[in-house]
Amino acid sequence: MATNEKRDIPGTYLFDSKMAKKGYGLNKMCYSFNNQEARDEFNADPDAYCDKFNLTVAQKKAIKEKDIIAMLREGGSIYYLAKYAGLLKLNMQDIGALQTGMSVEEFKDMLVKNGRGEV
Amino acid sequence: MANIIGGITTSHIPAIANAMANGLEETPYWKPFFDGYPPVRDWLNEKKPDVIILFYNDHGLEFFIDKKPTFAIGVADEYHNADEGWGIPTIPPVTGESDLSWHIANSLVEDGFDMTICQEMKVDHGLTVPLNLMWPGYNYGHVKVIPVCINCEQHPMPQPKRTYALGQAIGRAVASFDQDLKVAVFGTGGMSHQLDGERAGIINREFDIDCLDKLVSDPEALTKYSNLDLVEIAGAQGVELNMLIAMRGTLIGEVKELHRNYHAPISNTGSGLMLLEHTMPKK
Repeated sequence: MATNEKRDIPGTYLFDSKMAKKGYGLNKMCYSFNNQEARDEFNADPDAYCDKFNLTVAQKKAIKEKDIIAMLREGGSIYYLAKYAGLLKLNMQDIGALQTGMSVEEFKDMLVKNGRGEV
Repeated sequence: MANIIGGITTSHIPAIANAMANGLEETPYWKPFFDGYPPVRDWLNEKKPDVIILFYNDHGLEFFIDKKPTFAIGVADEYHNADEGWGIPTIPPVTGESDLSWHIANSLVEDGFDMTICQEMKVDHGLTVPLNLMWPGYNYGHVKVIPVCINCEQHPMPQPKRTYALGQAIGRAVASFDQDLKVAVFGTGGMSHQLDGERAGIINREFDIDCLDKLVSDPEALTKYSNLDLVEIAGAQGVELNMLIAMRGTLIGEVKELHRNYHAPISNTGSGLMLLEHTMPKK
């Protein structure tokens, strides 16, 4: 306890200095989705909008494929990725299901079980 | 002298805003959560605090990672909510309390907490959801709010022992303010949850309940955790426990638990509502 030394936590992507730098453009684009005009502009031409923020090839692919895990690996912060999810009309259970490979119903069932302390 | 009369822990997740906007409080999914709130609302309506000091974390409305304050405090007369990008309703302005805010800011910097001091800051669901939970129908305009924002997004972030110490310093600052004001402190967020990664969806009920117990009787024990401990035990966003710990730090006198309601899950999180009554230390 009480150590903050680096450690591997499986299935977890710590948003640290390395990720903050790597994901800067991706996160900046997703941060812009706070504004309706930005959401409209993205929807009209996603590729062109990604280019405005200098997204890398891997980041653009992740955005195009709605691949949340790939976005995390490319430096995405869940706070900003959540705004992209909102643009796609996905909620946090949809996002959870996408990341864990479960159906949305399976993911919700898992939450209920975890909430009861059954796991 | 200003007087901290109590502390409250509450969830602040956006799904609550949607549930309230859509009138879902009595549905089977939400009822066990919302049923916890009337005793806390009654207490607030009876005690009528003048000021709420509210610990929350911004989720990318005011602050982006271009400049990310570790600790920020609002010193404005009014705060505004805005479009957060995912369709929860934008709500009416929040009233501020500039004099006490500046007093706290001065006192904190003097005390070694180098705050980012904000005369304008947009406030997101982390701050607005708890206000609307306590005064539904957006009826929070009469109460003056001092936002204290803690980085819980980007590592490095302040450790629990530091956020607890920040709370204690705010407690001392309030005690040294020479106007008679009743202050309540909200610690918002958490509890255990992880939104991102293949590990998304974990909730640690046992740990959450233990944290609530310790917030009452042994808060120092919580300062032994590091943020990475919290990530491991309570999920990547379990670090929001820091806001609850900071709240508890402000309660530098005697504490008595008046009400608690733990419920999980709401959305992807464990929700810990607790009301602590506080008696200031004798001078």
